Amino acid sequence: MANAALEHGAVEHGLSGVYEAPLFGAYSKKVGMWLFLASDSLTFGALLFAFSYNRISTQGWPTPFGKDSIANATIMTACLLSSSLTMVLGVFAAQRRDRAWTRNWLLATMVFGTAFIVLHGMEWSKLISEGLTLPGFPKPAGQAGEFAAVSAAVPQFPATFFGLTAMHMLHVTIGVIYLGVVAFRKWFLPVLGVIWIAGYFLIPSDNVFHYGIHALGLGLLVSAVILFLKPKDYDAHDVEVAGLYWHFVDLVWMFIFPLVYLMSTRI
Amino acid sequence: MHDAGTYAATHDDSKGQYFWVWGWLLVLTAVEVVLAYRQVFQPVRMLEVLLVLSIVKSALIIGYFMHLKFETALMRWMLVTAVVGCFIIMYFFFFPDAGRILRLGVH
Repeated sequence: MANAALEHGAVEHGLSGVYEAPLFGAYSKKVGMWLFLASDSLTFGALLFAFSYNRISTQGWPTPFGKDSIANATIMTACLLSSSLTMVLGVFAAQRRDRAWTRNWLLATMVFGTAFIVLHGMEWSKLISEGLTLPGFPKPAGQAGEFAAVSAAVPQFPATFFGLTAMHMLHVTIGVIYLGVVAFRKWFLPVLGVIWIAGYFLIPSDNVFHYGIHALGLGLLVSAVILFLKPKDYDAHDVEVAGLYWHFVDLVWMFIFPLVYLMSTRI
Repeated sequence: MHDAGTYAATHDDSKGQYFWVWGWLLVLTAVEVVLAYRQVFQPVRMLEVLLVLSIVKSALIIGYFMHLKFETALMRWMLVTAVVGCFIIMYFFFFPDAGRILRLGVH
């Protein structure tokens, strides 16, 4: 019994293979994350296929992305690519058992991810204010913009554009929360709560993110339950698995950026 | 399985390759943007070129940043064949129909 407890403790602290035979030569958490990412790639694949299918089968497909939008999306791409590099450096620091630099690199990754979300939110708000909306969105103040006719004539465009990019934005948001929990554990929860409440009161009610910010509240609830049920000190394996998820959201954007933005330029 | 300590010892000295991968990803992104700005190709050819560049970028991310290049051959092949196989099935379901609708001009 004592040996069992000792061995169980060894597994918990990341020592290799006491209880679990390695599957595919990797520890089970990593294999589990790879399998999740394989299934999630099919979700994004279906959304990208839906976008491309509608684009091929619809005449008069709009090209709403001017120079400003392309410049904005290029900066967003650079943010995600840079965040992947800082994530790799965070994994290296975790494997060196350097806690301070692990936290620093994860924080840098979160900053790049947050910059991506903010820039994407600004892009969405601009398009919505110009009339590119869906029926469920709050009505923007002022007159209908130049894309109001597009929303009425080709509703497939806003439906597939907002559906695909919202799904990706949600994944980036979950990724930032995931990294925050791994880096700061329970101390991240109050920060997340403050951002959620502040966002709700500071974002105008005619902006779609006034409601979208509740994703942070849901993230706060889920993170709190996970940290309550299994409080632990996250090790190098946890950081590596979190990194796999983060690189995946970067990977998906490598297809969204050319297919959605660069193929619909108005230059 | 990589133990955290031995992993760091074997891979920490090759950190530079990740900066190279990051640099190449930025360069390929810049190439995509220039192609789109200059409208170098017709739309269908542009789609093909952008997709090839995206596949190259995703291979760099999966291989190096996600570290699949350094996993066992069994894991590499199982993941890649399963996901690519599913995408091929999706392609054959969706795109012949989209092209047919376009040729028929049903609008």
